[in-house]
Amino acid sequence: MSAEASTIAVDPEEPAGVGRVILHRILLTVGPILIALVIAGLILVAVGVDPLAYYGYVIERGLLSPTGVQQTLTRMAPMLFLAAGLIVAFRAGIWNLGVDGQFLLGAVTAAAAAPLLANAMPVWAAVVGAFVLATVVAMIWSLVPALLKAYHGVNEIITTLMMTFLGVSFANVLVKLVFLDPETTVPQTRTLPVEDRLPRLFDTTISSGLLLGLVAVIGVHLIMTRTAFGLKLRVVGANPRAAVHAGLDVPWLTIAVFAISAGLAGAGGAVDILGVQGNVRADWNPAYGLTVIPMVFLARLNGFASIAFVLLLSVLSIGGESAARRLGVPNHFTLVLIAIVLIVLAIVEYVDTRYLSRRR
Amino acid sequence: MTGLFSEIFLSALLFGAVTAAVPLLLAGLGEQMSEKAGVLNIGIEGMMIAGAYVGFLVAFMSESLWLGFLGGAVAGMAVSSIMVLLCVRLGLNQIVIGIGLTLGLEGLTALLHHFQFSRTYPRLPAADVLAIPGLADIPVLGPALFQHNLLVYLSVALVFVMGFIYRRTQLGLNLQAAGDKPSALDIAGVDVVTTRTVAVLTTGALAGLGGAYLANVGAGIFVPFITNGAGFLGIVLAMLARGRPLWVLFGALLFGISLSLTTALQVAGINIPTDVIQMIPFLAVMVMLVIFGRKSSLPAALGLPYERGSR
Repeated sequence: MSAEASTIAVDPEEPAGVGRVILHRILLTVGPILIALVIAGLILVAVGVDPLAYYGYVIERGLLSPTGVQQTLTRMAPMLFLAAGLIVAFRAGIWNLGVDGQFLLGAVTAAAAAPLLANAMPVWAAVVGAFVLATVVAMIWSLVPALLKAYHGVNEIITTLMMTFLGVSFANVLVKLVFLDPETTVPQTRTLPVEDRLPRLFDTTISSGLLLGLVAVIGVHLIMTRTAFGLKLRVVGANPRAAVHAGLDVPWLTIAVFAISAGLAGAGGAVDILGVQGNVRADWNPAYGLTVIPMVFLARLNGFASIAFVLLLSVLSIGGESAARRLGVPNHFTLVLIAIVLIVLAIVEYVDTRYLSRRR
Repeated sequence: MTGLFSEIFLSALLFGAVTAAVPLLLAGLGEQMSEKAGVLNIGIEGMMIAGAYVGFLVAFMSESLWLGFLGGAVAGMAVSSIMVLLCVRLGLNQIVIGIGLTLGLEGLTALLHHFQFSRTYPRLPAADVLAIPGLADIPVLGPALFQHNLLVYLSVALVFVMGFIYRRTQLGLNLQAAGDKPSALDIAGVDVVTTRTVAVLTTGALAGLGGAYLANVGAGIFVPFITNGAGFLGIVLAMLARGRPLWVLFGALLFGISLSLTTALQVAGINIPTDVIQMIPFLAVMVMLVIFGRKSSLPAALGLPYERGSR
């Protein structure tokens, strides 16, 4: 157990030549993406699609066109919250692989609570209330794996994976049986009117959830790297036995990590509902967590790098969806593209640490 | 409603449970071997879906179910060889590569399916069943348990083969050591990387076979995302079973029954969302963990790449 923790708690800080290091990292990120685009392009050629046209649309819709870039930035919000939650957990050596369940329950809670609360109080208070409730529900959802881990040492990979399966089904049960909107035929929760949702930034369609997400990631990064509490969590992650000897209350810290991590995931669900979706449809499960988990690892659990990787993910998924629609490729290609990017990034990272960085 | 507890209903329910359990069993047994050897194989979902697609494609083209199974196993193994190269040999992050493989193969198989079959959605003929003489005539249990495809019996036999390998053979000891104390295995003169390679390739073959069974026998058709988390369930089963193959079988049957129950109740016209029933096995396992929860003894070096000479 201590062993698996030490892979997680890699110290991302690199000394010396900050400018050069940043340039190096940028090259190491852009290079693999280009390689990945070439490989994925070969697949496109194989199925008879012009890869240049495809990538043209991806960049235009994901990054350059005004509506596209606004969608991209909006899509980042829930993923940033997930990244924040994952950073806390992984740095503390807790494999929270259940963020998708926590996210979904947060989403359903927010969707159910917002319209109800809006009847009783001003809209802004209802939105804040729904947000807080979603966070709390996700925290409670993580309590069982947290207690099992803290007091019985039950491996959290099993429990959080199971709680995700359970959470996805439970969220569906809630949508179909409890919080059903009686006025629609499709099973879904009541829709939050557009004007009641999270405010948009300035004159754009970008949801202010983006700002909240950025605050969450940067806040988590600073807490983990700059505060005593963060140090304690990292000690638990690096070596739980040493943490016990250092007099840290490891079970309590473990529960705290689960609560923060799950709470952030739940908040991510709330932001997606209150900012963008407005309701939860039955069987809705975007499963953002599955793509954000490897991104967070590639970012070496660094908050700022995670923001860049989440942006990349968002560009690829928004641009990919649009390119696929225009060129008649199924949207599944986006998954392939993201997967190739992930694997090539990991390989180049390896080559770098093995051969390039050693020479310097 | 009256038919709910009839013999035919019960027997169909159990038959469905076994059919649903076999892919989980194969995935769980495979994952168990990887984990024993110290590799957390998160890419197993990708290996299953590759096996499902190739297995279906080969069976459809060659009109031979068994060539299909073979194709599925080979496809799963091919995917796992990427995992071997990147994670076992080079020591890359097992979670990044595992999830990458899963996403990529889900996407790729869906893409290929779109271009080949999305207009026709061809189906395979029903798989041959091998009725075990004598046992197959038992009321209720006979048709439910002893009139399956040969692969089903072979999978169950595999549980005992695995148990034998782990307890009685040198390979079993090597696998265990590769997961618990790889440096000791290295000192004993056995190559850790080779041992883990064997384990991960076996995992791939079993997962691919499970996927092929799921598509060819369970569904009779390949549709995108057909594995639907079966690989992740395999991971859960392997971890719950903690190295004991028989427990994977029990776990797979438990989840198989609940999967079968969801379809059976729908057929019987009972109006409960399937999600309620799908929650039951997870709830049962969580409750069991809460009541009996104690230290789970996972291999000490699980998830860690082995590099000779490193601490």
